[in-house]
Amino acid sequence: MRRWLEGLKQLRRYPSAVLGMLLILFLVGLSVYTVVAIPYSQALDLWRGGDHWRMHPVNASPVWADRLRGGDLPETQIISSDEVTARVQEFPGGRRLQIPLGFDYQSSAFPSELNLFLRVHDTERPPFVRFIWQAPDGSEQVIGGRRVARDERVSISQDWGLERRLGHVPHVGLMMDPGSGNPSQPEVLTGIHTMLLDVVMFDEAGSVSADLVVYGRVHGIAGTDHQRRDLMVALMWGTPVALAFGLIAAVGTTVTTLVIAAMGVWFRGWVDATIQRLTEVNMILPMLPILVMVGTLYSTSIWLMLGVVVALGIFSAGIKMYRAMLLPIREAPYIEAAKAYGAGDARIILRYMVPRVLPVLIPTFVTLIPTFVFLEASLAVLGLGDPVLPTWGKVLNDAQEQSALYNGFYYWVVSPAALLMLTGLGFAMLGFALDRVFNPRLRSL
Amino acid sequence: MSDAPEMAQSVRSRGLWRDGWRLLVFSGKRLIALFLTVLVGVYLTIFIANMGGQVDELRLVQIRGVVSEAVRADPAFQDMTAQERNELIERQISLEVERLNLDQPFILRSFDYLYRAMMLDLGRAEQMHSDAGSRQVYDIIVERLPATLLLFGTANLLVFLVSVWAALHLSRRYGSLLDRSVVALAPTSAAPAWFYGMFLILLFAFVLPALPSGGMVTAPPPENRLDYLASVLRHITLPLVAMFISSIFISIYSWRTFFLIHSSEDYVEMARAKGLPDHLIRRRYILRPTLSPIVTSFLLMLIGLWGGAIILEQIFNWPGLGTLIFQAIGHRDTPVIIGTVVIFAYLLAVTVFLLDILYGILDPRVRIEGGR
Repeated sequence: MRRWLEGLKQLRRYPSAVLGMLLILFLVGLSVYTVVAIPYSQALDLWRGGDHWRMHPVNASPVWADRLRGGDLPETQIISSDEVTARVQEFPGGRRLQIPLGFDYQSSAFPSELNLFLRVHDTERPPFVRFIWQAPDGSEQVIGGRRVARDERVSISQDWGLERRLGHVPHVGLMMDPGSGNPSQPEVLTGIHTMLLDVVMFDEAGSVSADLVVYGRVHGIAGTDHQRRDLMVALMWGTPVALAFGLIAAVGTTVTTLVIAAMGVWFRGWVDATIQRLTEVNMILPMLPILVMVGTLYSTSIWLMLGVVVALGIFSAGIKMYRAMLLPIREAPYIEAAKAYGAGDARIILRYMVPRVLPVLIPTFVTLIPTFVFLEASLAVLGLGDPVLPTWGKVLNDAQEQSALYNGFYYWVVSPAALLMLTGLGFAMLGFALDRVFNPRLRSL
Repeated sequence: MSDAPEMAQSVRSRGLWRDGWRLLVFSGKRLIALFLTVLVGVYLTIFIANMGGQVDELRLVQIRGVVSEAVRADPAFQDMTAQERNELIERQISLEVERLNLDQPFILRSFDYLYRAMMLDLGRAEQMHSDAGSRQVYDIIVERLPATLLLFGTANLLVFLVSVWAALHLSRRYGSLLDRSVVALAPTSAAPAWFYGMFLILLFAFVLPALPSGGMVTAPPPENRLDYLASVLRHITLPLVAMFISSIFISIYSWRTFFLIHSSEDYVEMARAKGLPDHLIRRRYILRPTLSPIVTSFLLMLIGLWGGAIILEQIFNWPGLGTLIFQAIGHRDTPVIIGTVVIFAYLLAVTVFLLDILYGILDPRVRIEGGR
């Protein structure tokens, strides 16, 4: 025990080890926070996509990336009818409501999309709604009108008729400065734009509520993907998944490998021979293609993959290495002494042989973790990621499928990659330092 | 007197014969052992592939499809009623199932599969075909193999030579700034090559469009042989650099440590004390005794990189085995996937065999053991 503590103390002398430990602490902290803040089931539900994300822009880059470059790309603005006062005009058999959804727009870039979400309450008779756009310069533009049944989404940006009338995509045409010289390069008319809803209710009781969403071009710390999902969910949940996968796979393979190698050395004879032959067979079996095959034929669940990784990793080349280390230990006098006092096979293997090799194992184990983290990402990049769980690799896979680099969505690739790299570096730096502490032959170098 | 040199020569030649014979026996034994290993490995692969019941199910679906298509298309059966035709289809399917032994228990058939896989009779692909149009899995794989060998052979050789050379130099002036920076950079090798490849594509194909982002040659391929070579060279640069970056630092680091340990051996100190020049010390006293571990690690690196190939090729759209297996996943083309695994297993076995033989030649201890 004291040897371990001393080893840890020595670690402080290596700046790379300290940096590595800080990185690992940060990742562990992030995963604990994530698991508490977004429970597992909620994360799965969020990542499935759909209605949660309808107020989010498509493929918006992170805010900081734009601000660092000195840009002023707009963020999403949601203007709710609950926050404005409507003008009410009563008439026999109904009412007329005028709801001004006004917002102050100061960005020099156009929004990415305009949508209106309407909800009708407490009425059987669908009201008629006219949409009027009031620009800051006082001009008005009638977008159209329609009967609204219950919940409805008015996709202003996809209104082809309006687009033809304006000569531009609606979210550009409605908000451009008509005075700006070149019509092929429209400029934003800054100021207060208002979407006026002119509602005619055929009922005394009913009411209408509306949300005007002016989708921005930037969103949050991580941006959004092609399905409007906030990438932050995947980046945060990717951390505990990656750490758990790496840790379990590394523990599973190294510890079982060591115990099996010790068993082979201790029992000799056919046990040893079987283990040796199995190792040779396993060395011939290519790991990744087998994983690919399992993923294709059975399921791509991350836990099944983990099981296969551990199973294939048990009889790895490491067995030969541990065997070479354990062979001289077998003949050591203290083993003889243990045998003399009547220790059983299991006791000798687990209490006397394995602990002797553990110090060598620790650095290997720490440096193995990132390998498995990257393995999980690799599988996800191949399209064999877990079907429901958000992971870094799956974000990369989505990005690749949507040709993120070609379309210039660099953030989509860079942020999961940066997290992967941090994980890799953290564990590798710690592992290298541990190697020098626990393997004295390297220490003098 | 005059007999002495002749005798020495005959002794030497006899020694050579003996060594050669032992090497032959040794490699024969290894070959048999490896063959058995491959046999077990391939059998396990077939077993995994069939435990899902997928292969049989797919074959049944395929038979059903082919048979009903044939019956429906045949004008001779046009005037049959629907029921008669269905009966005919069922009869033909059961005949076909019997012909392919699909009604036999899996264990019996698995040996049949094993035999065919070992004979490299990998069957027909379900969806995919080679560029030349063949549906044979073997043809598809053979067509892709050279591209993989070109990329990974070049990259491995480059990394190996550069790292051993750099490590030899660094080990002589360890503690220098260069040495310390290599040690500091070693953890960057935790990331695989495809990871760096992504950034290289981002930088050199999109931000500064200087190199192609993927593929092996421009389409259509140039007629002129020199142009073809130049095009391949341009396309191979980025994946090569990606592999180089991802493994060079760790490789230099481990070789440097290795050489440092070996250059502090007593016999090296002794040679230094004798005043031998540096290059002689390096060649005769450091490199020669460490040759077999060097070769081992080179071949082990080859083994390790066979697996990593899949994603790097996919990222760079390199038309090799990796992209093939990726496409096969996309098409759910099981025969191609299994075929690729079998080919991988063979390639690994060949690598291991070469390793053993080289070991036998380089390490005198193995030679002696082989004759015992």
